[in-house]
Amino acid sequence: MSELRPLRKMALTGDEAVAYAAKQADVDVVAAYPITPQTIIVERLSRYVADGELNAAFIQAESEHSALSICIGAALAGARTFTSTASQGLALMHEVLHIASSMRTPIVMAIANRALNSPLNIHCDHSDVMNARDTGWIHLFANNVQQAYDLTLMAFKIAEDPDLLLPVSVNMDGFILTHSVEPLEILSDEEVRQYIPHIPYPYRIDFDRPLAYGVMALPDTYMEFRKQLFEVTRKAPQVFRKASNIFSAISGRSYDLLTPYFVEDADVIVIALGSTIETLRYAARRFRERRLKIGVVGLTMYRPFPEKEIVDVLENARCIAVLDRAYSYGGVGGPLYTDILSTLYKNQIGVMIADFVYGLGGRDLKLTDIEQLFNKLFKSLEVGRFDQDIYWWGVKDD
Amino acid sequence: MIEIRWHGRGGQGVVTVSDILARSAVLEGKYAQHFPEFGPERSGAPVKAFTRISDEPIEIHSGIYNPDVVIIIDRGMSQRFQPYIDGLKGNGMVFLNLGDDASHIDRSTLPPAAKVYTVDARKISVEEIGRPIFNIPMLGGLVRVLKMPTLNIVEEVLSGRFSGELVEANIKILRRAYNEVKNLG
Repeated sequence: MSELRPLRKMALTGDEAVAYAAKQADVDVVAAYPITPQTIIVERLSRYVADGELNAAFIQAESEHSALSICIGAALAGARTFTSTASQGLALMHEVLHIASSMRTPIVMAIANRALNSPLNIHCDHSDVMNARDTGWIHLFANNVQQAYDLTLMAFKIAEDPDLLLPVSVNMDGFILTHSVEPLEILSDEEVRQYIPHIPYPYRIDFDRPLAYGVMALPDTYMEFRKQLFEVTRKAPQVFRKASNIFSAISGRSYDLLTPYFVEDADVIVIALGSTIETLRYAARRFRERRLKIGVVGLTMYRPFPEKEIVDVLENARCIAVLDRAYSYGGVGGPLYTDILSTLYKNQIGVMIADFVYGLGGRDLKLTDIEQLFNKLFKSLEVGRFDQDIYWWGVKDD
Repeated sequence: MIEIRWHGRGGQGVVTVSDILARSAVLEGKYAQHFPEFGPERSGAPVKAFTRISDEPIEIHSGIYNPDVVIIIDRGMSQRFQPYIDGLKGNGMVFLNLGDDASHIDRSTLPPAAKVYTVDARKISVEEIGRPIFNIPMLGGLVRVLKMPTLNIVEEVLSGRFSGELVEANIKILRRAYNEVKNLG
């Protein structure tokens, strides 16, 4: 059927596309506090509400901490709930992030990934979401504006799945995607309604059937609550696939946990998150013209970490480079690197691997930077080892 | 793929015109990407914006360093364009907002095969609508030389973007610049 659908092509910025998806999702409550580079998302949503195009309560909170707290209340009341934030805003939400997941509220939040202070910087990196890595949220990453739109719709399907009931974040690179105009194909409102019909939240606040929410749990019960969170999170990959299959039947576009590209015969594999993936693919194709076999792996789902799928694509690699757009200061390496290291060790895969920290605070990863990086990988493969475990790539020499 | 870099000053609509070009190209069925230079928005300060247009999907999400086209909206920056043509491709194009003063420009720093085009954006806009608007005239000249997107498509995007008299005003100066762009070779 999909080839008979009329194409609805638009040109939108990432922020506009996400706002449009939230409008089509017919959200009931938007609670947010403005912060660059996500501000346009909530600006658009407030306009949709003011113009009568979206029947929702738009609540401008006095801080991100309150915004997410409002979202929790709204979600428990059974409302489809959306918010968006970035950087310091996500950091200010931090304690509430844990509450949102452990109270099993299916909130969808767009994160316009931006660096953390200090120095003050409004540009892209992944330090904000990496601080939220261990909060029990499902974290998805878009590679382009089309994916930002699609994943926002899918996020509602995933979050509200009765088997899951967990909050989902849709990450898109600040400015690089939020403020870039790109073509995308949108679904009709009717298709979106079919894809994500409003289903009642099973534990909604109901005065005729009172329940206790946000209770205190002492040492004799707390751990059981937490084990439930551990167990339900492990269901997210299958819920993602279910959501993706239905989405694919409607849109013709399909998504998986990973986006492996040219990995089958690759000597060298690079792994990254976000908009960098597509630039890496472009550069990898140019290298392949010179018979240098590079594979590129992107993660669409970062949390829960798609361990099994990562093993499938990496088990035959000879050399792996992980690109981290954030760092764990004082730690073993960047967050993605340490995830990959753990996965490889658990599965007894010994392979050359190094971490490349790049793009902090919006530092552009130019094609020439990528070419130098690829050359470095092939040179290291030739000698059989990396001369460092962690490289800060694209940093000016002293 | 064609890569375009826009230069001008904050307040001259540098980002807006790049955005309009990208949306027009998409409406015409092409793939396009527009992104601003991600800096603070300061009135009067130099501003850049970038457009990519292609027949294939565009994967690159990094900056433009070797543009096919450099287009300068500001008059003063057009008169002293040398700092802004950095990285221009050897056979690239430069669009300058110049009138009679175009004969004085110093071409010594341009790549030998580069082509220069001029649009007298001030004259066109002041004569047509009584006030200086530089971005849309420069776009008119550009789409004439690139042979895409069509004027009709750009006018459709302008109609969606602006309202009331601004639509007609912008279409007027777009069309006149389209007809009056000069090829200096």
